[in-house]
Amino acid sequence: MSTSSSAASKIVVYLVLIVCALPVVFPLYYAFIGGIMTPSDLASYPPKLLPTAIDVGNYASALDTIPLARQYLNSAIQTGIVTICQLLSSVLAAYAFAFLRMWAKTAMFALFMVTLMVPWEAIILPNYLLISDLGLTKGPLTYLGLTLPFLAHAFGTFLLRQSFLQFPIEVRDAAVMDGCGHLRFLWRILLPLSKPAIAAVGVYVFMTTWNQYFWPLILGNDDQYKTLQIGVSMLNDAESSSPTLILAGVTLALLPTLVLVIFGQRFIIRGLTAGAVK
Amino acid sequence: MEARTIRQRGPTGERRLSLLYLAPSLIIFAVFVFYPLGRTFYLSTMGTDIIGRANKFVGLDNFAGMFSDPGFFKALGTTALFALFTVVPAIVGALAVVLLLESRISGQRMFRTVFALPFAFSVATASVIFALIYNPAVGMANGILSHVGVDRIGWLTEPDLALISISITTVWMTLGYNVLVLSAGVGAIPAEVVEAARLDGATGWRLHSRITVPMLSPQLFFLIVISTIHALQSFGQIHILTKGGPDGATSTLVYWIYEKAFSYGSSDFGTASAAAIVLLVVVLACTGIQFGVLERRVHYR
Repeated sequence: MSTSSSAASKIVVYLVLIVCALPVVFPLYYAFIGGIMTPSDLASYPPKLLPTAIDVGNYASALDTIPLARQYLNSAIQTGIVTICQLLSSVLAAYAFAFLRMWAKTAMFALFMVTLMVPWEAIILPNYLLISDLGLTKGPLTYLGLTLPFLAHAFGTFLLRQSFLQFPIEVRDAAVMDGCGHLRFLWRILLPLSKPAIAAVGVYVFMTTWNQYFWPLILGNDDQYKTLQIGVSMLNDAESSSPTLILAGVTLALLPTLVLVIFGQRFIIRGLTAGAVK
Repeated sequence: MEARTIRQRGPTGERRLSLLYLAPSLIIFAVFVFYPLGRTFYLSTMGTDIIGRANKFVGLDNFAGMFSDPGFFKALGTTALFALFTVVPAIVGALAVVLLLESRISGQRMFRTVFALPFAFSVATASVIFALIYNPAVGMANGILSHVGVDRIGWLTEPDLALISISITTVWMTLGYNVLVLSAGVGAIPAEVVEAARLDGATGWRLHSRITVPMLSPQLFFLIVISTIHALQSFGQIHILTKGGPDGATSTLVYWIYEKAFSYGSSDFGTASAAAIVLLVVVLACTGIQFGVLERRVHYR
């Protein structure tokens, strides 16, 4: 394997990978480096690829200009509520599908799967009308409007059911012998042993909710209750904001999901591929 | 499935309990999926007042109005082009990267993480960054090109170019996701299969075209279906980068729906709902066709 031709081909592979990686990494590099550049550095033409001076004040101004700190909190509340509730509703439903007798189980499961086929954009208008008729687009009630439609999702149920079905029968039998009830079995035995699947669903729900755009856009009338994603795009719309400020805001909005992708990759992969392998 | 039951209650009690466990999901689906689905059909037959309230039955007038609007067909065409420009390049690009990563090199995990990075970006963060990159005055895209003597390009203001610029952004965004899915697929290929092929003398391109790619067919099929659905539903990057312009050149079906319903003084929820039904039909038809045409060629293990 260590012939000179294979060493040469490895070098070629490295070179190709690095060349391919440059455009992939560039937008991230641009956001980070642009966020600490001085406005004059970034506004020069052609733009500088390296800062001549470092200015971390952009982050402070980004948090001040638009209520970005407040919108961070809004996104955290929105994402927290949706992630926790969707995990709870999915765990319960998946448990019923995997372990309990049920009337019309096949039809019921099909009903869950049908919800996955309806594109959210095709039903977003009536959902908007419903939520605004309920008055959930004003003040703190906006949190309800942002989260209610997403408190349950069939994807989590589907993935967790797959995982529960692989649960070792012997462990379940032993629990039954000890007279363990359903909730006790679920909470004390099944969930601790299903942590990877729970984490996969949790990370997936967190990322999709944190990154939502269309729904929070049409819902938020009040700057105080807009989510971070909307705040960041408003930074871009505001004529007054400098590119350095925008990039600082983008970097701040990006951090939580960036950390997840770098450190939680195996959970993400598990969640992503559940649908790919029959 | 019956065998997996904890036999403590009677069968009826257990069936009631299962309904209780399903209830939270069923209630949310009823209120926020099935009811809105029905109401979309209802609204598509109704005229609406200036704030979007349904006020009179108009039958199929909304559909007739929509189908006689050249802007609607233009949006359909733009949607198809956008899907074409994004789905295949993002999958082929990710496949190439993943196969390169399979060359038994060190640093494989690090490279995979690098290529997965775009997955961390939301549509808003990615689009805002690209808005600056494309900025004609201070943007990096023109800045870098200026070094090789290319004049400033209006990435988002040239009607012929704007959709391509949005597609580049979208391909970049989707690449991370596709790399992660395909990497997981490669990781799941049984080592014996690859070793057996290597013993038979298959290496490099031959190994990939005969073994790796066919073994990845479930993931590739999944990506084709999912990316097509995502492309048909794209909204954020268009809203942030071009607002459908210049002159409607980047207005896709979902953006057209948004403008009908929410742009200044429009509130035409009737026509928007009619278009939403078209969206539903297009998405279901595309998925159905892909299952019909492609799935039989998928090699499930």
